[in-house]
Amino acid sequence: MRRRDIIVGAGALIGHEASAATMPWLSPDLPDGTRAEAHLVQTPGKQPLIQLSDRPPNLETPIQAFRTAITPNDQFFVRYHLAGIPDEKSLDTWNLEVGGDAAERTVKLTAQQLNDLPQTEITAVCQCSGNGRGLVQPHVPGVQWGRGGMGCATWHGPRLRDVLGRAGVKSEAVEVWVEGADLPAMPGTPEFRKSLPLSRALAAETIVATTMNGGPLPLLNGFPARLVVPGWTATYWMKHLTRITISAKPLDSFWMKKAYRVPAGLFPVAQGFATQDDASTWPITDIVVNSLIATPIHGEQVERSGFTVRGIAWDNGSGIQRVDVSLDGGKSWLSALLDRELSLYSFRTWRLESGPLPRGTAELRVRATSNSKRTQPEVWPANPAGYHNNVPQRLTVKVA
Amino acid sequence: MDHRILGSLLLMASLAAPTAMAQRVPLAQAPGKDMVEAACSSCHSLSYIPMNSRFLSPEVWKAEVTKMRTVFGAPIDDDAANTIIGYLVSQYGAPKKP
Ligand code: HEC
Repeated sequence: MRRRDIIVGAGALIGHEASAATMPWLSPDLPDGTRAEAHLVQTPGKQPLIQLSDRPPNLETPIQAFRTAITPNDQFFVRYHLAGIPDEKSLDTWNLEVGGDAAERTVKLTAQQLNDLPQTEITAVCQCSGNGRGLVQPHVPGVQWGRGGMGCATWHGPRLRDVLGRAGVKSEAVEVWVEGADLPAMPGTPEFRKSLPLSRALAAETIVATTMNGGPLPLLNGFPARLVVPGWTATYWMKHLTRITISAKPLDSFWMKKAYRVPAGLFPVAQGFATQDDASTWPITDIVVNSLIATPIHGEQVERSGFTVRGIAWDNGSGIQRVDVSLDGGKSWLSALLDRELSLYSFRTWRLESGPLPRGTAELRVRATSNSKRTQPEVWPANPAGYHNNVPQRLTVKVA
Repeated sequence: MDHRILGSLLLMASLAAPTAMAQRVPLAQAPGKDMVEAACSSCHSLSYIPMNSRFLSPEVWKAEVTKMRTVFGAPIDDDAANTIIGYLVSQYGAPKKP
């Protein structure tokens, strides 16, 4: 099916219903305009997702999907900046070019050649840098994501370093630049180009994924191959990879130098990205420690005899040490039981039995602490682009 | 706005038509609406406007329109930009403090 049919279909299927009617659980902290504009849309191959924009498609995963550590492919969020997105037909002749000024040679790899390289697998969270932007106060411009601009999947494919090895990495290499098949709708818009520090590109866990949760990558999630950079935000996880450039120079691209930047030193980083730092800002890199209550959902009615609170916690790969839940609006905190971790980079599921509660409303909160001893801040470390919102989630339930 | 520019904008919009038509984002009825629809729908759907409401100050809406022109290459001249900013501020800007 061609992409255009998909999008037209999406609009026709559901139309423009008021979101409040179909998604009473949508966070009241989102801007009013977002709450009115967002609505559930089912595109072929996907379950209904929260559509923030149809062109380019920006589709958010409903919170109910986070009851499990793995986010199913058909509920996985979709994020594009540029409306010129490829359709399956245009990807028929797809191959991946690997070369550059710090490469020994230029090679073009087919999907088959990627599959012939040694394969590996990693379960990791793919989270948009701006996930939760719509919930920050005061609001900042951008795609107004609630909490579902993320997902966790098991990614499978060759290591990026083995792909780079086909072209040969020269000693002067400092960065690996990546490009995908999505293009600007107008010529004046900068193409979406990103880069990785060489060390990150060569790391064992950085892979070129060709499958996701055992199935092919959905078209809207980067078919036929996307970069997977566990621990770093999704801006580096280039979809529909078409070209990889091994370079002796830092990439000069709008999407590196101007966008996706945070005030220097504001957020903790494991290794950082020194070749892209400037005096006042750094490129966004490591995911910050975060957590989510997936059930009950905001506004839900629960039993006074007690109910189970379930959710997830994640960080940049140090792993989750503990999760605390408050049932009384932050006055007291209870320690949740952690399930086993699928990987240090994955969502870690947890559970808490509430015990009996008085009738009325109860405010639930959750707060995770990582193995690197980071915990979620009470106040969002404000930054102009609205990144890294990891303020503890709050929601109210009706105890009946 | 220069008619040539508007013309090319409309042409761009019609090239992108299959998706542009997919969802009609109803913008508020007010002077300047037509111009906003023509100038702001070629790269992304108009939903980017209501999605970002109502919380932006006049300065920030102005900065957004400037960003679309200078960073993303939106072909909008100064006169058109002023009309567009006026519309965005009055229809999609942060409510004025009493
Ligand atoms: C030449 C292409 C182009 C045109 C024309 C254009 N935009 Fe954009 N706009 C973009 C791109 C690219 C983005 C980034 C999209 C993303 O990241 O999802 C964007 C994002 C936005 C955002 C989100 C905030 C931000 O800065 O990322 C708003 C609001 C917006 N545009 C409003 C407008 C308005 C109002 C107009 C008409 C005056 C307009 N746009 C015309 C390209 C364009």
